[in-house]
Amino acid sequence: MKIKGRAIFIGIVMVVCLLGIIGFPKNFQELKDNVRSRIRMGLDLKGGTHLVLLVNVEDAVNITADQVLERVRDELKAKNIPYADVQKADDTQVQPPKHRVVVKGVPQEKAGDLQTLSSEQFSDWELSRMPGDATSWMLALKTTAAANTRNQALLQAMSTIRNRVDQLGVTEPTIAEYGQGDYELVVQLPGVDDPTRVKDIIQSTALLELKIVQDGPMSSRESALAAHGGVLPPDTQLLPGPTGQNGETWYLVNRVAAVTGRDLSGAEPSHDVNGRPSVNFTLARDGAARFGRVTGANVGKQLAIVLDNRVYDAPVIQSQISDRGEITGPFTPQKVQDLALVLRSGALPASIKYLSEEIVGPSLGADSIRHGVIACIVGFVAVMAFMLVYYRGAGINADLALILNLIILIAALGYFGAVLTLPGIAGVILTVGMGVDSNVLIFERIREELRLGKAVGAAVAGGFEHAFVTIIDTHVTTIVSAAILFTFGTGPIRGFAVTLTIGLLANLFTSVFVSRVIFDYVLSRREKGAELSI
Amino acid sequence: MEFFHEPKIDWMGIKWYFIALSLALAAIGLISMAVKGGLAYGIDFRGGTVVNVKFSKAPNLDAIRSELDRQNLRGATIQRYGVPGDHEVIIGLDLKTTTSSEALDQGKRAIVTTLSGLFGQGQAGKLDFNNSSPQTVSDHLVAADPLGLSSQGFDTATKAYRDLADAVINFRNSAPRSGLISDFQELSSVPGVNAGVIATLRNDFYLSSFAVKNTQIVGPKVGKDLRRQAVYVTLAGLGAMLVYIWFRFELSYGVAAVVATFHDVTITLGFFSLLNKEISLTVIAALLTLVGYSMNDTIVVFDRIRENVRLNKRENFVDLINRSINQTLSRTILTSGLTFLAVLSLFLFGGEVIHGFSFALVVGVIIGTYSSIFIASPILVFFQKRLPGSAVVARPKSYAREAVPARR
Repeated sequence: MKIKGRAIFIGIVMVVCLLGIIGFPKNFQELKDNVRSRIRMGLDLKGGTHLVLLVNVEDAVNITADQVLERVRDELKAKNIPYADVQKADDTQVQPPKHRVVVKGVPQEKAGDLQTLSSEQFSDWELSRMPGDATSWMLALKTTAAANTRNQALLQAMSTIRNRVDQLGVTEPTIAEYGQGDYELVVQLPGVDDPTRVKDIIQSTALLELKIVQDGPMSSRESALAAHGGVLPPDTQLLPGPTGQNGETWYLVNRVAAVTGRDLSGAEPSHDVNGRPSVNFTLARDGAARFGRVTGANVGKQLAIVLDNRVYDAPVIQSQISDRGEITGPFTPQKVQDLALVLRSGALPASIKYLSEEIVGPSLGADSIRHGVIACIVGFVAVMAFMLVYYRGAGINADLALILNLIILIAALGYFGAVLTLPGIAGVILTVGMGVDSNVLIFERIREELRLGKAVGAAVAGGFEHAFVTIIDTHVTTIVSAAILFTFGTGPIRGFAVTLTIGLLANLFTSVFVSRVIFDYVLSRREKGAELSI
Repeated sequence: MEFFHEPKIDWMGIKWYFIALSLALAAIGLISMAVKGGLAYGIDFRGGTVVNVKFSKAPNLDAIRSELDRQNLRGATIQRYGVPGDHEVIIGLDLKTTTSSEALDQGKRAIVTTLSGLFGQGQAGKLDFNNSSPQTVSDHLVAADPLGLSSQGFDTATKAYRDLADAVINFRNSAPRSGLISDFQELSSVPGVNAGVIATLRNDFYLSSFAVKNTQIVGPKVGKDLRRQAVYVTLAGLGAMLVYIWFRFELSYGVAAVVATFHDVTITLGFFSLLNKEISLTVIAALLTLVGYSMNDTIVVFDRIRENVRLNKRENFVDLINRSINQTLSRTILTSGLTFLAVLSLFLFGGEVIHGFSFALVVGVIIGTYSSIFIASPILVFFQKRLPGSAVVARPKSYAREAVPARR
C-alpha cells in the first residue's frame, strides 16, 4: 500500500536519527553519556577559553628574504660570477611590503649567466636591471611567492599551536582560521578557565638560533658600535645578552644562524653540570652536518645560543660539535619544561599577537543551559498545547511533525559534528517558528477549501498543494540567505546559518511529507462522510 | 476553534495611519541614535574588557570602585547584573585602558587582583578554591593523596583524583551555588568526597567570597571587523533574498519585501537605542532571526497576492491585496501568536545572558508581523506602479488602467 511504504520510510528516518542522538545505550548512564558526547556544546554554553590571534606573517617573508641574501652570494661564487656587493634594498616599509635584493658590480658579459642562475635557482624571485646602471641588478620577491610564504606561515603556525596545545593536554581544542585572508586564527580551549600559561606557551615564538659570535660581550650597545667605528660589519647584528652583576651585555653575532630551531629533532628538560635546570637538544641529520661544519671552522670562537633574539649563553667552541647541545640560563624548572615543549613542537614561523580573549566560566555556561532548556521546554509545550486546542485532531499531526523536525535537526548536528551555540539556538527557534507556520499554512488552507464546500479528501489535497508553493518560497528564501550568512560570516553567524539550514530542510520533510502521510492515514481509516478534525 | 471567520477589512484604506506610525517609530529610533551618538555596542563590537563576577553577598560597589581607582583603572564601569539575589556584578573597562599596554589581559588581571585584595582574605600559600580550575584541585589532591590511592599506581590515582576534582568543581558550579561555596563542608554531598578530601582542600585552599564567571577581552581590530562583517553579511543576505523573490515573483515584490524587512530591523534597532540596550553578537543573531521571520511572514502574504492575481486578472489590485491579507490573516495571527509565545518564554525564563537576544526577538516578532500586514503591501502597490517588468505593465492596457489604485 502506498501509505505503508511512505510510513516505513519515515520510520527508518526516525530510527536513524534517534540512533544518531542516543547511540546504542545499554543503560541509562550510557544513554546520558551518548547524548552528551553527540550534542557538542559551544564554548558559550559549556565554558572555556576563546582566543583570537593574529599571525604576523610578514615575519616569515622577512626571514625568507634574509636567507636568500646568503644564498645569492654563495651561488654567485659557485658560478664564478664576479660581483661588487649584494644587499637588501630597504623598502619593506611600503604597503604592501616589497622584498628586494640588489646585486651590484656584475660585469656586462656575465649578465647572461646571472639570468640563467636567477631562473634556475631563484624561481620565486624576479630579476630586473636597475635603471640607469648596466652592472646592477635587482631580485624582487614575486607577489605570488610572497603570498605563498604567508599562507605557509599561517598553516605552520596553526600546526605548531595545535602541537603545543595538544601537548598541554587540552581536550578537543579547536584551531581554525578566523575571518578571510586576515591571517587571524581562532583558538578554542574547552574547559580551560585560566588560560595564562596556555597563552604564554602558544605565543612563545621559541625561535632558537645558534650563531657565531664575532665580538663580545660588550657592556652596552653604544660601546659595541664605537668598537666598530659606529658601523656594524656587513651581515652581523647586535643582540642583547644576559644581564648579570656587571650590568648589560651585548654580542656582535653573524646575521645568519648556523642552525635554527627547525633543525632540531628533539628537546628535553635536563640539568647542566652545575645542577641548574637546562634544556638538552639534539639536531636532525642535515642540521647536524651543517653545525659540525660551522663549529669545526670556528673552534676557539664563541657560539651564541639565541632564543627569540636574545643571547642566553655564549660558550666557547672547544671542538667540533655535531648533533647535540644544551641551553642554560636563569630558568625555573617550570620554564625549562615549557621551553622544551615549545622547542619540540617547532618554532612559530612568525610572531603572534592576541586580538581578543573570552573566558566563559563553566558556571555561567551551566546557568545559560539551564535557563535555555527551561525556556525552550516552556515555549515548546505552550506551542504544542495550543496547536492541539486550536486544530484538535490535526494538532496531533502538527505536534508529531514538530517533534520529528527537532529530532532530525539534533541528529544532523551530531552527524555533521556541528557545535551548538547561542546563535545556533536562535536558528533552532526560527526553525520551530517556521515549522509551526508550515503547519498553520496547510491547515488554514484545508479549512478554506472545506469552507468552499470541497469533499474532505479533495480539501486536504488542495490544502497541501496550495500551501506547498508558499512553503517552498518561504523556505528557499530563508535558505538562500542562510547560505550567504554561512559563506561570508564567521563563527557565531555561521552557527546560526547551519542550524537554520538543517532545520528548514528537515521542516520541508516533516511538514510537507510526514504530515501528509498522517493525514492520508487518517483519511483512509475515516468512516464515510465523517468530518475531519481540524 | 477559529479566531477569524472570513474577515473583510479594508487594510489599504487605512494604510496611511500605519505608514505614519512606522515613520514616527523609525524617526524616534533614529533621533534617539543621533542624540546618543550611535548605537550602544556590546563589548564584542566595541572592544574593551568585561569581567563578570559573582559575590556571595551583596558587594559594596563604592569600595570596588575606589580600589580600582587606586589601581589606576579609572573609568571602569561597575554595574549590577541579573536578579538581585545573585549578587552579580559586571566590571567593564573601555578600549583605551585595555590596549594601553601590550598585554591584552592586563586590565582583567588588575581587576582580579583588586577583587582578591578586597574579598579574598586568603592566607599565605593557599589558593582560592572558588577561582581554581579542576586541574589545580586535582594536582593538590594527587600530591596529598587523601584516599590513599598511590598504591594502585600513578596513572590510576591521577585519573581517580582528576575525576573527583571534576565532580567537586561541577558541584561548585551548579545551581544554587553557581560558582561559589562558602564552606568546604558543603562538598561532603559530592560522591567520593570524605573527611580526608575535605581536610586536604581546607589545608591547601581558602574560600574567597567572589568568583569570576566570565571574562571577555576584545581588541580594537576584532570589534571593528565584527561590526563591519555583521552589517555586510546582513545586507548580502537581504540582497540574495531580493534576487530570489525577483526570480520567483517580480522585482516589485522583492523590493517591497526587502524594504519592509529593513523597516523592521531599523525600528528594532531604534528600540534598542531608546531603551539603552547594547547590541552584542547574540543580538545580531536575533536580528538575523528577525530578518528570516519577517521575510517569511511577508512572503506568505505576497504568495497569496500572486495566486489571486493569476486567478483573477481583472480585479482591482488594491481590492485584491485587501482580500489576500484577509485570507491569510488567520494564519498570520496564529503563527505570530505561537512564535511570540515561544520567544516570550525565552524572554521570561531564558536568563540574563540571552536577555538582549530574547528582547530583540520579542520586539522583532511584533514588528515583523505588523509590517507584513500594514507596511509590505502598500509598498508593493507603490513599486508595482513604478518598477519595470511589473505585471501591470505587462498586461493589456485596459487592465493596466484598472490596476492603478485610486488614491483615497
